[in-house]
Amino acid sequence: MHALKLPAGGSSKAHRMRLKKPLKKRFPIAAWLALLPMVMTVVFAYLGTMVWTARVSLSNSRTFPSGDFAGFTQYARLFNNDRWLLSLQNIVIYGACFIVACMVIGLLLAIFIDQRVVAEGALRTVFLYPYAMSFVATGLVWQWILNPELGAQAVLHKLGFAHARFDWIVDQDWVIYTIVIATVWQASGLVMALLLAGLRGIDDELWKAARIDGIPRWRVYVSIVVPMLGPSISTAFVLLFVMVVKLYDAVVAMTQGGPGTASEVPAKFIMDYLFGRANIGLASAASIVLLATVLAILAPFFYARSRAALRKEV
Amino acid sequence: MNTLSPPLKGGTPPSRARPRRRRTAFTPARLGVYAFLLTAALFFLLPLYVMLVTSVKPMSEIRLGNLLAFPTHFTLSAWSAAWQSACTGLDCNGIQVGFWNSVRIVVPSTILSIAIGAVNGYALSFWRPRGAGLLFGVLLMGAFIPVQVMVYPLVRVLASVHLFSSLPGIVVIHTIFGMPVMTLLFRNYYASIPQELFKAARIDGGGFWRIFVQLMLPMSTPIIVVAVIMQVTGIWNDFILGLVFAGTKNLPMTVQLNNIINTTTGERLYNVNMAATILTSMVPLAVYFVSGRWFVRGIASGAVKG
Repeated sequence: MHALKLPAGGSSKAHRMRLKKPLKKRFPIAAWLALLPMVMTVVFAYLGTMVWTARVSLSNSRTFPSGDFAGFTQYARLFNNDRWLLSLQNIVIYGACFIVACMVIGLLLAIFIDQRVVAEGALRTVFLYPYAMSFVATGLVWQWILNPELGAQAVLHKLGFAHARFDWIVDQDWVIYTIVIATVWQASGLVMALLLAGLRGIDDELWKAARIDGIPRWRVYVSIVVPMLGPSISTAFVLLFVMVVKLYDAVVAMTQGGPGTASEVPAKFIMDYLFGRANIGLASAASIVLLATVLAILAPFFYARSRAALRKEV
Repeated sequence: MNTLSPPLKGGTPPSRARPRRRRTAFTPARLGVYAFLLTAALFFLLPLYVMLVTSVKPMSEIRLGNLLAFPTHFTLSAWSAAWQSACTGLDCNGIQVGFWNSVRIVVPSTILSIAIGAVNGYALSFWRPRGAGLLFGVLLMGAFIPVQVMVYPLVRVLASVHLFSSLPGIVVIHTIFGMPVMTLLFRNYYASIPQELFKAARIDGGGFWRIFVQLMLPMSTPIIVVAVIMQVTGIWNDFILGLVFAGTKNLPMTVQLNNIINTTTGERLYNVNMAATILTSMVPLAVYFVSGRWFVRGIASGAVKG
């Protein structure tokens, strides 16, 4: 900053430069050179791989990608594959439970922390620390806590609930909810942090006005404050949604997709068919389906948001 | 219980105090607030407690099934076993192998991804080459593309340049996958710096790199700190990229941890497993506890604001 202070003669030089060519119009070669890694990443790593995967999904590729054209047979095969259908069903159940639970817990934590409690900093630290841990560690800790012989079930039995059942992790019908528990523990602090920031941004005048009108506090929260948190809530939603789509580590660490295939999820299905079962065509079709779902759900969100941003500018 | 009621701040509240700040008297409602928060805090702390307690118990005690009980025979042998001699398959060198692999992956990946993110953000905010906005939009979209779409073609590309299953390869991969958020972080930060400053430097004859190094970088310390926190925790906690791209010689700690726990045959040594889990979480947790508010700031600014 110090080396570049404007010297006295600067303005005349600037005039000369401006006469030659306006600053903005010149093609900034240095800038493009500097952006080269980004250009390469976008063109090859993002767009190129997407096109490649889309192409392979239309072929009969098995262990190696092949150049033939098979139309949509892989997609037809995919939607006749029980394991894929199960993983779709699982991810829908998981996603709904995970997002709702994180939102509710995160919102409640944020609102309660915002009540001028003592040790606010300590509480926030406690609620957010799981987010600093990896999904692998999260999965492994909960695998141990939910261990049917030595974990929470044993504790319940020792406490006198001799017939209490909490062996969800080995129960095909319930195992997906154990993954919900573990990941909600990991991620709801994130929602709390985002919403707390939103709550702190709300004008004090609102509370004064509500108090003068004699509106009960819970009513203010339900009817005014939570709707005002819209942007923070949608940010949280997007982040949670991305986590749902990416769900892989936690499942691998906690259940390896088991018992049987009961906790199979799309991301794991794809990885297994890419690297374990060497069926690239099918895996590519599955990943394109995943991508299309992501875009279909997120696009309206971003569209609405950019509309809102435009309206604000006008 | 009265330790829980917040102290009334001396005399009259300041005029700008929120109305809710007055409600500090101890009422049943506040009891409810604290009951809820304490219950929640216990739930959040439970896994940490279970991990710690399990890791210092001998196996004989663990087999009794008192998950929550305090250890009667305190021992650190599980910790040294986890660090030095836990087995993944035939290798019995403990989790330390993965620790050093992770260090070797995290350090260059963090530096490289931040350097590129900073340059990108700078070029996008100040130089604004034609078409770069669109490029940036596509890059941001990349943050939402499931990794599975990209993973196999990237394996092929890296293999063709002999970088697959190597340290440089995994560093490049982390740089690619970190680029959207890092670029966004720096772009937003530089957007808050007045354009006049940049124009003055331009008029003064500063070129692309000179303005970046001498003017922008010295002002970027806060955002670099945030970026380091995000990348170190993010890359340390990565599992899937390390699993696919790092190769067996460079497997990061998370992958090795999973191998130790989930591929072991014979009796499961839960105390060793939990010690290894804590050891693996140590680095990101340390970053979190030390950085505090900076960590939260990273979440807020890293949350892609469409």
